[in-house]
Amino acid sequence: MRKFTLSLGLLLALAGSASQAAEPTPYSAVTAERLTHPEPGNWLMYRRTYDSWGYSPLKQINTGNVAQLKPLWSFSTGVEEGHQAPPIVNDGVMFITTPRDQVLALDARTGNLLWRYRRELPADLFQLHPTNRGVALYGDRVYIATVDAFLVALDARSGALIWQKPVENYLAGYYMTMAPLVVDGKIMVGVSGGEFGIRGFIQAFDAASGESLWKTFTVPGPGEPGHDSWPGETWKRGGVPVWLTGSYDPETKLAYWGTGNAGPWMGDQRAGDNLYATSVIALDVATGQIRAHHQYHWNDSWDWDEVAAPLLIDLHRNGRTIKSLVHAGRDGYLWVLERSANDIRYVAGTPYVKQNVFTKLDPESGRPEYDPTKVPHSGARAEFCPSLWGGKDWPPTAYNPDTGYLYIPANENLCSAFTGETKTKYRRGELYMGVPFAKIEVLPTPQARDHIGELQAWDMKTGKKVWTSEFKSHNWGPVLTTGGGLVFSGGTNDRYFRAFDAKSGKILWQQRTNSGVVGVPTSYSLDGKQYVAVQSGWGVDAQRKQDFLDQAFGTHTQVPQGGVLWVFGLPEAKQEDSH
Amino acid sequence: MTTEAPPAGSAKGACASLPRRRLLCAAVAAGLAAPLSSLAADADLSKDAAAPGDVLAFASWEDQPRALTVNDVELDAAPLLVYPQDPVSGVTRENSRLNQILVLRLDPATLDDSTRARAVDGIVAYSAICTHAACAVSEWQAETRQLVCPCHSSAYDPAKGAARVTGPTVRALPALPLKRIGDQIVIAGPFSAALGAPTT
Repeated sequence: MRKFTLSLGLLLALAGSASQAAEPTPYSAVTAERLTHPEPGNWLMYRRTYDSWGYSPLKQINTGNVAQLKPLWSFSTGVEEGHQAPPIVNDGVMFITTPRDQVLALDARTGNLLWRYRRELPADLFQLHPTNRGVALYGDRVYIATVDAFLVALDARSGALIWQKPVENYLAGYYMTMAPLVVDGKIMVGVSGGEFGIRGFIQAFDAASGESLWKTFTVPGPGEPGHDSWPGETWKRGGVPVWLTGSYDPETKLAYWGTGNAGPWMGDQRAGDNLYATSVIALDVATGQIRAHHQYHWNDSWDWDEVAAPLLIDLHRNGRTIKSLVHAGRDGYLWVLERSANDIRYVAGTPYVKQNVFTKLDPESGRPEYDPTKVPHSGARAEFCPSLWGGKDWPPTAYNPDTGYLYIPANENLCSAFTGETKTKYRRGELYMGVPFAKIEVLPTPQARDHIGELQAWDMKTGKKVWTSEFKSHNWGPVLTTGGGLVFSGGTNDRYFRAFDAKSGKILWQQRTNSGVVGVPTSYSLDGKQYVAVQSGWGVDAQRKQDFLDQAFGTHTQVPQGGVLWVFGLPEAKQEDSH
Repeated sequence: MTTEAPPAGSAKGACASLPRRRLLCAAVAAGLAAPLSSLAADADLSKDAAAPGDVLAFASWEDQPRALTVNDVELDAAPLLVYPQDPVSGVTRENSRLNQILVLRLDPATLDDSTRARAVDGIVAYSAICTHAACAVSEWQAETRQLVCPCHSSAYDPAKGAARVTGPTVRALPALPLKRIGDQIVIAGPFSAALGAPTT
């Protein structure tokens, strides 16, 4: 492993930061091998591993001692809005991002700031989703995809800008919020903008030079397979953004990406299946070629983006091993698919929240049939369940190989209604949704008075739900699970960050934080000590949904904004050397 | 589909994609410490900032791309989205998002003093760009007579200088003083504050 050493004094001079302890800070180069087989104590990418499990094998903090967990240090980012990025940790150096695309490098032991990258964003940038979901690491560089649609490479030791490449034009409604996916020296990103009439794509760049290597549209152009699923010119503004990091299978060298909604929202304005909207697509990382796809639901009219990448899990069912893709859909179904080098096959689809749109699934293909009264149309109102934010929005699920359980941060007891515009007018860079804000309704069911948020555990061996933890609040909490038999998640408007028993769902520990925890939690270890880290900083759609719920319930919920990174560990005397 | 290249230097400064001359951009640039080099001359008048003397006009992509008249603005109706138009060249400054202007007519008796001083016959004008995250303030809540941003639900009271009513913003929408020349509505002075949202 290559190590870089730089005097911290020089490092701080480069970054223009405040002085800290003066000792050399080593930096371990991130290789393709390390990304494929990360050390147990590191968290090198968005979900830690290419299979998107969100699982740390560390077990020093476990069911027996988690009640002793204490905050060890914290760090205020000075930024408002949704802090969703995971603390990514490489041998003692932690990287977080904030809304408005700041990148902060911290000493993961002490919380000392090593450097901070601030991005000057254009004044006319339309920030529908002011957030960022983290960095990607490769070599001695840090990569961030920005909300003004640039891919930026920074020096991991100093934060110095190495290059920035325009990916698309922010003035046409393109932006980026995902953590890039790095495979074999390629930096892959997708674009947001499904509400702005974009044409979505995934693009790969050379990690060293920033040169574009390939670009694959998620809406096929003329002559391409699937183009005929779009009438007329609708494909040009068909949306289908990709705004969460893909998974990757090193055996087949295919990356699996979830795709977002077609646009505008009313499906009757683009009659057809609208490939590859609300799908999973398998891309050959070498060429960008789409090798397989599965569309979860066709001609979306509910804004049910299916952008969360599927988890790659080997399932043992009926005496055989299924190399699966597992996805808790925004459409409220838990999907199990089988992947191979050139195909994705449907295995099972099961509702995990109340869903009243699908009347049946084709047993072979999994293609749903719809109740026509639940499909919003142009010029007409329709109610549907779950709500436009779905059974689960972007917050990632997690899979624990020790329990064999999948953990889903779900929202139950909520429905929506849309009244579509009769015609959606396109104006470059402005909203192209087809539903005025005033015609978006969030309709709690009577049971919502009892609870909305849930953390569910599903046994992937049997396909059955084994426990549910309920919260009065809605739930926007990304999930971490660990070798210590624990599940960590926040996401509720009461500002708590919690540890659950992975087997039973019992809450074993909780900490009230500064804000709502919509950040992706991670775990890492240094010098034999395990840490759990998460950002608390409520905002974006969690706040937007809270506004709707307050309107529905006549409440005035206050969730303060402002990001703080929290790092937890066991008190020194309580540590057990168990890994 | 043709892919448009991002504007050169769009990441560099607030004014990089904005009008290069006159008061507004200079004010924005100063407030944001943008590099003065980004204020280099630009011949594209359609991106220029609003300036006193400009008339208000509908954009070229609207059904009737023409100057706004006082008769277009109905009492208590949803706001009209217009842009400044250079009266000399006739160029509508429609190619900067920051030039989006909301125009509406309210009962003059409901306006506070400073709003009334900027208004013409109850007609008021504000920047359409939300001061929270620069989304377009495109919704009109008729019952409460509030301007609402669809992105994060900031609401503004146009009778009181578009001051914040609710939501995450902390700043009013910048107000534009108006005067009437014939039937046209003309910009009488600079915006009351810098346009747009925080950029860092």
